[in-house]
Amino acid sequence: MELEAAKMIGAGIATLALAGIGIGLGNVFGSYLSGALRNPAAADKQRPNMMLAFALVEATGLFALLIAFLILNS
Amino acid sequence: MANPIEQFEIEKKIPLEIAGIDVSFTNSSMWMVFVVIALTVFLVGGTRKGSVVPGRWQVMLELSYSFIANLIRDNVGKEGKQYFPFIFTLFFFVLGLNLAGMLPYSFTVTSHIAFNFALAMLIFVGVTIIGFVKNGFGYLRLFAPAGLPLWLLPLIILIELISYCTRPISLAVRLFANMMAGHIMMKVFAGFIVSMAAAGAIGMVGAIAPFTINVLLTGLETLIAVLQAYVFTILTCIYLNDAMHPSH
Repeated sequence: MELEAAKMIGAGIATLALAGIGIGLGNVFGSYLSGALRNPAAADKQRPNMMLAFALVEATGLFALLIAFLILNS
Repeated sequence: MANPIEQFEIEKKIPLEIAGIDVSFTNSSMWMVFVVIALTVFLVGGTRKGSVVPGRWQVMLELSYSFIANLIRDNVGKEGKQYFPFIFTLFFFVLGLNLAGMLPYSFTVTSHIAFNFALAMLIFVGVTIIGFVKNGFGYLRLFAPAGLPLWLLPLIILIELISYCTRPISLAVRLFANMMAGHIMMKVFAGFIVSMAAAGAIGMVGAIAPFTINVLLTGLETLIAVLQAYVFTILTCIYLNDAMHPSH
């Protein structure tokens, strides 16, 4: 039973990666917005890049979810 | 109540076994066939007339063509044009599978790492072969950026080698984790709706909240489905670019 409890705690700790993802996502959108407000003419061209960065950052967070699942189900 | 993981279960539609290897026609294969049929209808139907002034259908095709062509030109360069058919197929196949997963009662093929990893491995091995064929042993320059002090070289080569070899894993896991997590999240909120609505009249009113969230999540998931197909394709283009021009 103790192993079970340790697994639960480990899976919980694995979700701490969300802190980094929060910072990363805020950075992506914040930088895009501040750049877009300074130079609105160039904003549209950079939107695909922003979405790409958003997807990459978000995927990193999901790696943590994967680790949590692996810990829970192994 | 149904387990949110249950949607990823593989069912054998037509059990088949060749030389002791299980090659059954599963629901995964079934949805792949559906997507290929839908894409074929979309592409063949749009090019049927081929008029100079395109109709609605042909415009959709021309836009998808120029979208992928621009993607390759921006990320790989002019030489990338010869890989256009592969990149086009890759993008629309992954996009189709992702979007098919959004249909009710459907099965998300890309939420299984076996499928994604096979696809990523295909890309990885193919890109490595292209790199060596195009550049010979000059392709190894990819691992050693120019203008680096000699004592730093072993460390950098090791790091670059590891990051190169983890490419298929990260490519596969990114798509897999995104699709799986999104679909689990939607099913979890759907479970909230059911269990709240079962609690009586007050629960029925309260169930509006998870229902609203689920509607929004469906929109987000559709965005993610398109975005992840795009990311998968653009990373393939970036790897291809490395294979064509290995010096950083």
